[in-house]
Amino acid sequence: MIYALPPLVAEPIFSIGTFTVTNAYINSTIAVVIFLVVGFLLRNKTAMIPRGFQNFAEAVIEFLLGYMDQVTKDRKKSMKFFPIVGGLFLFILISNWMGLLPGTGSFGRWLVMHGHTELVPILRPANADLNMTLAMAVFAVIVSHIAGIAAIGFFKYANKFIKIGDLIHGFKKGGMGIFVALVEFGVGIIEISSEVAKMVSLSLRLFGNIFAGEVLLTVLAGLIAYFVPLPFMLLEILVGLIQAIVFSMLVLVYLVIATTPVHGHEEHEKHAEMAPTH
Amino acid sequence: MTPEMMETLTKGLTIAIGGMFPALAVGKIASKAMESIGRNPESTDKLFVPMLLGMAFAEAIAIYALVITFIL
Repeated sequence: MIYALPPLVAEPIFSIGTFTVTNAYINSTIAVVIFLVVGFLLRNKTAMIPRGFQNFAEAVIEFLLGYMDQVTKDRKKSMKFFPIVGGLFLFILISNWMGLLPGTGSFGRWLVMHGHTELVPILRPANADLNMTLAMAVFAVIVSHIAGIAAIGFFKYANKFIKIGDLIHGFKKGGMGIFVALVEFGVGIIEISSEVAKMVSLSLRLFGNIFAGEVLLTVLAGLIAYFVPLPFMLLEILVGLIQAIVFSMLVLVYLVIATTPVHGHEEHEKHAEMAPTH
Repeated sequence: MTPEMMETLTKGLTIAIGGMFPALAVGKIASKAMESIGRNPESTDKLFVPMLLGMAFAEAIAIYALVITFIL
């Protein structure tokens, strides 16, 4: 390749003992430090009438909670999920936008990689590393399961996947009920595999978008260095924002679906009891 | 047809075919959104975020094809 295209795997820069630090890890550490600094600055700003930085932070939180209310339709649930969903959103947003700053992908060390010396950049967008996005996706899906178990109890939640309770109800009703219950049992087992599909799709979507953007900007800057990459950098700003929105909105949807109680056979029986009295 | 030719051909065809159908899907989403905005211009703000969300999901399939192209 003529251009210094970033490889699919993040390159290691140095090692601390046996822990190799890659360039995407450096970026994610910088993002975490930014959040720590912001948290430190906001630690005792509790004025009733916010000014300045507190005003900006409260505006961001209000904005995010408003969007979350459209999905959860309940301010209390939004507040409960806000640390996870809002944290994911802000972290992915800051990481994506940090990847556009000048110096990312260009400043580097000359290391011997694959037999010959080449320039290894020391900064790379944190989400352009599949490890990062996969870790966030696995975390999000596992947290949705834990939240579901915490909200509706272990046996009712397990009943969503391994539908033994529905099987017993179906056998009690008899006839078509048995057939439907067996089919639903099979569907429930298949839903377990869709959990894996959720993790794969979440991670690959974010990774693919950010990595492809990085490759696109590198190739364009290699072709024409002035003015032409500008519309594409605007596109990358937009893509970074949209991917952060999509990731956190999907995590919110998974959390809400996992914590809604299943409306099931109790309602059917209640309707059947109420009908003769009319 | 040497193996290198087949490899390059596969890479090109993966992203070419894998990008066609997501492009169609994104176009259909946008055209439906334009239609409803044209019929009811006040609904623009309510439509904007769901339209972007739908486009991002349709786009994700094209990204999967791109990742396969990079891997091969």
